[in-house]
Amino acid sequence: MLSLLHSPKPTFRHLLIGDWFTIISCAIIIVFLFQTLWSHEHAAKVQIRIGDKIYAAYDLNQQRDIILHGPIGDAVIHIEQGKVRFVKSPCHNQYCVHQGWLVHSGQVAICLPNQISLELIGKQKPYDSLNY
Amino acid sequence: MQIQTNIDDHRIAKLAAFAIALHMVEAVVPSPLPGVKPGIANIVTLYVLLQYDFATAAWVSILRVFASSLLMGLFMSPTFALSLSGALVSLSVLWVAQYLPKRYFSVITLSILAAFAHIAGQLIMVRLWLIPHASVAYLIPIFSVAALFFGLINGLITARLLYNKAQKPEPDITEPKPG
Repeated sequence: MLSLLHSPKPTFRHLLIGDWFTIISCAIIIVFLFQTLWSHEHAAKVQIRIGDKIYAAYDLNQQRDIILHGPIGDAVIHIEQGKVRFVKSPCHNQYCVHQGWLVHSGQVAICLPNQISLELIGKQKPYDSLNY
Repeated sequence: MQIQTNIDDHRIAKLAAFAIALHMVEAVVPSPLPGVKPGIANIVTLYVLLQYDFATAAWVSILRVFASSLLMGLFMSPTFALSLSGALVSLSVLWVAQYLPKRYFSVITLSILAAFAHIAGQLIMVRLWLIPHASVAYLIPIFSVAALFFGLINGLITARLLYNKAQKPEPDITEPKPG
Protein backbone atom coordinates (compact mmCIF):
# COMPACT_ATOMS: atom_id res chain seq x y z
CA MET A 1 0.00 0.00 0.00
CA LEU A 2 2.75 2.40 0.95
CA SER A 3 4.75 1.49 -2.12
CA LEU A 4 1.81 2.60 -4.24
CA LEU A 5 1.95 6.03 -2.66
CA HIS A 6 5.63 6.30 -3.57
CA SER A 7 5.17 5.77 -7.25
CA PRO A 8 8.13 6.44 -9.53
CA LYS A 9 6.34 9.37 -11.13
CA PRO A 10 6.22 11.84 -8.27
CA THR A 11 4.09 14.36 -10.13
CA PHE A 12 1.07 12.17 -10.63
CA ARG A 13 0.77 10.99 -7.05
CA HIS A 14 -0.80 14.36 -6.26
CA LEU A 15 -3.87 13.27 -8.22
CA LEU A 16 -6.64 12.16 -5.91
CA ILE A 17 -9.70 10.14 -6.82
CA GLY A 18 -11.81 13.28 -7.21
CA ASP A 19 -9.23 14.75 -9.57
CA TRP A 20 -9.51 11.74 -11.85
CA PHE A 21 -13.26 12.16 -11.66
CA THR A 22 -12.90 15.81 -12.73
CA ILE A 23 -10.53 14.99 -15.57
CA ILE A 24 -12.70 12.19 -16.93
CA SER A 25 -15.92 14.17 -16.70
CA CYS A 26 -14.26 17.15 -18.41
CA ALA A 27 -13.03 14.85 -21.18
CA ILE A 28 -16.55 13.48 -21.64
CA ILE A 29 -17.95 17.02 -21.78
CA ILE A 30 -15.35 17.95 -24.41
CA VAL A 31 -16.24 14.95 -26.58
CA PHE A 32 -19.90 15.91 -26.22
CA LEU A 33 -19.10 19.52 -27.18
CA PHE A 34 -17.24 18.39 -30.29
CA GLN A 35 -20.13 16.19 -31.32
CA THR A 36 -22.82 18.81 -30.85
CA LEU A 37 -21.01 21.92 -32.03
CA TRP A 38 -18.90 20.48 -34.82
CA SER A 39 -21.43 18.10 -36.25
CA HIS A 40 -21.23 18.05 -40.01
CA GLU A 41 -24.69 16.85 -40.64
CA HIS A 42 -25.37 15.64 -44.13
CA ALA A 43 -27.90 17.79 -45.87
CA ALA A 44 -31.37 16.64 -46.81
CA LYS A 45 -32.50 19.32 -49.22
CA VAL A 46 -31.16 22.03 -51.48
CA GLN A 47 -32.89 25.38 -51.47
CA ILE A 48 -32.55 27.46 -54.60
CA ARG A 49 -32.96 31.20 -54.65
CA ILE A 50 -33.22 33.23 -57.81
CA GLY A 51 -33.16 36.97 -57.30
CA ASP A 52 -34.80 37.69 -53.98
CA LYS A 53 -37.24 34.77 -54.13
CA ILE A 54 -36.97 31.19 -53.02
CA TYR A 55 -37.38 29.36 -56.32
CA ALA A 56 -37.60 25.76 -55.13
CA ALA A 57 -36.32 23.17 -52.69
CA TYR A 58 -35.32 19.75 -54.00
CA ASP A 59 -34.63 16.57 -52.11
CA LEU A 60 -31.00 15.50 -52.42
CA ASN A 61 -31.73 11.79 -52.58
CA GLN A 62 -32.02 11.68 -56.32
CA GLN A 63 -29.96 12.12 -59.42
CA ARG A 64 -31.01 14.85 -61.82
CA ASP A 65 -30.02 18.00 -63.62
CA ILE A 66 -32.03 21.14 -63.13
CA ILE A 67 -31.97 24.09 -65.48
CA LEU A 68 -32.44 27.45 -63.78
CA HIS A 69 -33.40 30.57 -65.67
CA GLY A 70 -31.47 33.44 -64.14
CA PRO A 71 -31.40 37.10 -65.19
CA ILE A 72 -28.36 36.68 -67.46
CA GLY A 73 -29.00 33.20 -68.77
CA ASP A 74 -29.57 29.54 -67.98
CA ALA A 75 -27.55 27.76 -65.32
CA VAL A 76 -27.45 24.02 -64.80
CA ILE A 77 -27.14 22.39 -61.39
CA HIS A 78 -26.65 18.70 -60.80
CA ILE A 79 -28.01 16.78 -57.81
CA GLU A 80 -26.40 13.43 -57.10
CA GLN A 81 -27.23 11.33 -54.04
CA GLY A 82 -26.81 13.79 -51.20
CA LYS A 83 -24.70 16.44 -52.92
CA VAL A 84 -25.22 19.21 -55.38
CA ARG A 85 -23.11 21.47 -57.61
CA PHE A 86 -23.27 24.09 -60.32
CA VAL A 87 -22.44 22.42 -63.62
CA LYS A 88 -22.88 25.26 -66.05
CA SER A 89 -23.36 28.94 -65.53
CA PRO A 90 -23.50 31.87 -67.93
CA CYS A 91 -21.49 34.06 -65.54
CA HIS A 92 -18.08 35.46 -66.38
CA ASN A 93 -15.87 34.26 -63.52
CA GLN A 94 -17.43 30.81 -62.93
CA TYR A 95 -16.80 30.93 -59.16
CA CYS A 96 -20.01 29.02 -58.56
CA VAL A 97 -18.93 26.15 -60.82
CA HIS A 98 -15.43 26.02 -59.37
CA GLN A 99 -16.82 25.74 -55.87
CA GLY A 100 -17.69 22.14 -56.67
CA TRP A 101 -19.82 19.78 -54.63
CA LEU A 102 -21.79 20.97 -51.62
CA VAL A 103 -22.28 18.21 -49.08
CA HIS A 104 -22.86 19.51 -45.55
CA SER A 105 -25.90 21.38 -44.36
CA GLY A 106 -25.31 25.10 -44.19
CA GLN A 107 -22.99 25.14 -47.20
CA VAL A 108 -23.86 27.62 -49.91
CA ALA A 109 -22.85 28.36 -53.48
CA ILE A 110 -23.73 31.77 -54.80
CA CYS A 111 -23.62 33.02 -58.35
CA LEU A 112 -23.80 36.78 -57.94
CA PRO A 113 -23.96 37.80 -61.63
CA ASN A 114 -26.83 35.46 -62.26
CA GLN A 115 -28.43 36.04 -58.82
CA ILE A 116 -28.76 32.30 -58.13
CA SER A 117 -27.82 30.72 -54.83
CA LEU A 118 -27.91 27.15 -53.58
CA GLU A 119 -28.14 26.43 -49.88
CA LEU A 120 -28.06 23.00 -48.33
CA ILE A 121 -30.56 22.44 -45.54
CA GLY A 122 -30.30 19.69 -42.95
CA LYS A 123 -32.92 18.45 -40.56
CA GLN A 124 -32.33 21.48 -38.42
CA LYS A 125 -31.03 24.71 -39.83
CA PRO A 126 -27.54 25.61 -38.60
CA TYR A 127 -26.35 29.13 -37.87
CA ASP A 128 -27.04 31.48 -40.71
CA SER A 129 -23.93 33.52 -41.31
CA LEU A 130 -25.19 34.93 -44.58
CA ASN A 131 -28.09 36.98 -43.30
CA TYR A 132 -26.13 38.26 -40.37
CA MET B 1 0.82 61.39 3.09
CA GLN B 2 1.66 57.94 4.28
CA ILE B 3 -0.67 55.01 3.70
CA GLN B 4 -0.60 52.61 6.59
CA THR B 5 0.11 49.10 5.33
CA ASN B 6 0.14 45.90 7.28
CA ILE B 7 1.82 42.57 6.69
CA ASP B 8 -1.17 41.26 4.71
CA ASP B 9 -0.84 44.10 2.20
CA HIS B 10 2.84 43.34 1.79
CA ARG B 11 2.11 39.69 1.23
CA ILE B 12 -0.57 40.43 -1.36
CA ALA B 13 1.75 42.86 -3.15
CA LYS B 14 4.58 40.34 -3.22
CA LEU B 15 2.40 37.52 -4.52
CA ALA B 16 0.69 39.78 -7.06
CA ALA B 17 4.14 40.77 -8.32
CA PHE B 18 4.87 37.09 -8.91
CA ALA B 19 1.62 36.71 -10.83
CA ILE B 20 2.29 39.83 -12.91
CA ALA B 21 5.77 38.57 -13.79
CA LEU B 22 4.36 35.23 -14.96
CA HIS B 23 1.64 37.02 -16.91
CA MET B 24 4.23 39.19 -18.67
CA VAL B 25 6.38 36.17 -19.52
CA GLU B 26 3.35 34.47 -20.99
CA ALA B 27 2.42 37.52 -23.06
CA VAL B 28 5.69 37.15 -24.98
CA VAL B 29 5.11 33.48 -25.78
CA PRO B 30 3.44 33.13 -29.18
CA SER B 31 0.14 31.29 -29.28
CA PRO B 32 -1.22 29.26 -32.21
CA LEU B 33 -4.72 30.61 -31.68
CA PRO B 34 -5.62 33.93 -30.06
CA GLY B 35 -6.93 33.21 -26.61
CA VAL B 36 -5.32 29.81 -26.14
CA LYS B 37 -2.74 30.47 -23.44
CA PRO B 38 -1.30 28.36 -20.66
CA GLY B 39 -2.44 30.82 -17.99
CA ILE B 40 0.57 30.21 -15.78
CA ALA B 41 -0.31 33.25 -13.67
CA ASN B 42 -3.21 31.20 -12.34
CA ILE B 43 -0.67 28.99 -10.58
CA VAL B 44 -0.06 31.91 -8.21
CA THR B 45 -3.80 32.41 -7.63
CA LEU B 46 -4.29 28.73 -6.79
CA TYR B 47 -1.21 28.57 -4.63
CA VAL B 48 -2.39 31.60 -2.65
CA LEU B 49 -5.90 30.17 -2.32
CA LEU B 50 -4.57 26.96 -0.83
CA GLN B 51 -1.78 28.48 1.22
CA TYR B 52 -3.69 31.50 2.56
CA ASP B 53 -7.36 32.24 1.89
CA PHE B 54 -9.83 33.19 -0.79
CA ALA B 55 -9.70 36.94 -0.12
CA THR B 56 -5.94 37.02 -0.69
CA ALA B 57 -6.29 34.96 -3.85
CA ALA B 58 -8.97 37.32 -5.19
CA TRP B 59 -6.80 40.36 -4.44
CA VAL B 60 -3.80 38.80 -6.16
CA SER B 61 -5.83 37.78 -9.21
CA ILE B 62 -7.56 41.15 -9.71
CA LEU B 63 -4.39 43.14 -9.05
CA ARG B 64 -2.60 40.97 -11.60
CA VAL B 65 -5.24 41.70 -14.26
CA PHE B 66 -5.14 45.47 -13.68
CA ALA B 67 -1.38 45.84 -13.26
CA SER B 68 -0.35 43.68 -16.21
CA SER B 69 -2.80 45.44 -18.53
CA LEU B 70 -1.37 48.78 -17.41
CA LEU B 71 2.15 47.52 -18.01
CA MET B 72 1.32 46.30 -21.51
CA GLY B 73 -0.67 49.42 -22.37
CA LEU B 74 -3.86 47.44 -22.84
CA PHE B 75 -5.84 48.95 -19.97
CA MET B 76 -9.56 49.25 -20.88
CA SER B 77 -8.92 47.47 -24.20
CA PRO B 78 -10.83 44.34 -25.27
CA THR B 79 -7.88 42.25 -24.09
CA PHE B 80 -8.25 43.74 -20.64
CA ALA B 81 -12.00 43.15 -20.64
CA LEU B 82 -11.47 39.50 -21.58
CA SER B 83 -8.80 39.10 -18.94
CA LEU B 84 -11.00 40.65 -16.27
CA SER B 85 -14.14 38.71 -17.14
CA GLY B 86 -12.13 35.47 -17.20
CA ALA B 87 -10.58 36.25 -13.84
CA LEU B 88 -13.92 37.19 -12.24
CA VAL B 89 -15.75 34.07 -13.42
CA SER B 90 -12.74 31.97 -12.48
CA LEU B 91 -12.70 33.46 -8.98
CA SER B 92 -16.41 32.89 -8.48
CA VAL B 93 -16.03 29.23 -9.45
CA LEU B 94 -13.05 28.91 -7.11
CA TRP B 95 -15.08 30.49 -4.33
CA VAL B 96 -17.55 27.62 -4.61
CA ALA B 97 -14.97 24.92 -5.40
CA GLN B 98 -12.83 25.66 -2.35
CA TYR B 99 -15.51 23.93 -0.26
CA LEU B 100 -15.04 20.63 -2.11
CA PRO B 101 -13.82 17.92 0.28
CA LYS B 102 -10.02 18.16 0.41
CA ARG B 103 -9.82 14.43 1.00
CA TYR B 104 -10.92 13.66 -2.55
CA PHE B 105 -10.31 16.83 -4.51
CA SER B 106 -6.87 18.39 -4.65
CA VAL B 107 -5.75 21.67 -6.16
CA ILE B 108 -5.68 19.93 -9.57
CA THR B 109 -9.47 19.86 -9.67
CA LEU B 110 -9.56 23.51 -8.65
CA SER B 111 -7.11 24.32 -11.43
CA ILE B 112 -9.14 22.54 -14.10
CA LEU B 113 -12.38 24.12 -12.92
CA ALA B 114 -10.75 27.55 -12.84
CA ALA B 115 -9.40 27.07 -16.37
CA PHE B 116 -12.85 26.14 -17.66
CA ALA B 117 -14.40 29.08 -15.82
CA HIS B 118 -11.77 31.35 -17.32
CA ILE B 119 -12.60 30.45 -20.91
CA ALA B 120 -16.31 30.51 -20.09
CA GLY B 121 -15.98 34.07 -18.82
CA GLN B 122 -13.99 35.08 -21.87
CA LEU B 123 -16.34 33.43 -24.34
CA ILE B 124 -19.37 35.08 -22.70
CA MET B 125 -17.64 38.43 -23.10
CA VAL B 126 -16.73 37.65 -26.72
CA ARG B 127 -20.26 36.54 -27.51
CA LEU B 128 -21.98 39.50 -25.84
CA TRP B 129 -19.67 42.28 -26.88
CA LEU B 130 -16.86 41.56 -29.33
CA ILE B 131 -18.36 39.05 -31.77
CA PRO B 132 -22.10 39.00 -31.11
CA HIS B 133 -22.72 36.03 -33.32
CA ALA B 134 -23.63 32.42 -32.69
CA SER B 135 -20.67 31.09 -34.69
CA VAL B 136 -18.49 31.74 -31.63
CA ALA B 137 -19.84 28.37 -30.51
CA TYR B 138 -17.50 26.68 -32.99
CA LEU B 139 -14.56 27.76 -30.84
CA ILE B 140 -15.88 26.26 -27.61
CA PRO B 141 -14.50 22.72 -28.17
CA ILE B 142 -10.99 24.00 -28.96
CA PHE B 143 -10.92 26.25 -25.92
CA SER B 144 -12.25 23.43 -23.75
CA VAL B 145 -9.43 21.11 -24.81
CA ALA B 146 -6.92 23.86 -24.02
CA ALA B 147 -8.60 24.46 -20.64
CA LEU B 148 -8.41 20.80 -19.66
CA PHE B 149 -4.80 20.44 -20.83
CA PHE B 150 -3.39 23.61 -19.31
CA GLY B 151 -5.62 23.35 -16.24
CA LEU B 152 -4.21 19.92 -15.54
CA ILE B 153 -0.60 21.04 -16.04
CA ASN B 154 -1.03 24.17 -13.91
CA GLY B 155 -2.73 22.06 -11.25
CA LEU B 156 0.14 19.56 -11.19
CA ILE B 157 2.67 22.39 -10.88
CA THR B 158 0.68 23.98 -8.05
CA ALA B 159 0.31 20.64 -6.29
CA ARG B 160 4.07 20.16 -6.55
CA LEU B 161 4.74 23.64 -5.15
CA LEU B 162 2.37 23.09 -2.24
CA TYR B 163 3.93 19.68 -1.59
CA ASN B 164 7.43 21.15 -1.54
CA LYS B 165 6.25 23.93 0.76
CA ALA B 166 4.73 21.38 3.14
CA GLN B 167 7.91 19.29 3.13
CA LYS B 168 10.24 22.09 4.12
CA PRO B 169 8.41 25.13 5.40
CA GLU B 170 10.82 28.02 5.33
CA PRO B 171 10.14 30.93 7.64
CA ASP B 172 9.57 34.13 5.75
CA ILE B 173 7.74 37.39 6.26
CA THR B 174 4.81 36.20 4.17
CA GLU B 175 3.87 33.65 6.82
CA PRO B 176 0.47 34.56 8.26
CA LYS B 177 0.30 35.66 11.84
CA PRO B 178 -0.94 32.99 14.24
CA GLY B 179 -4.51 33.36 15.41
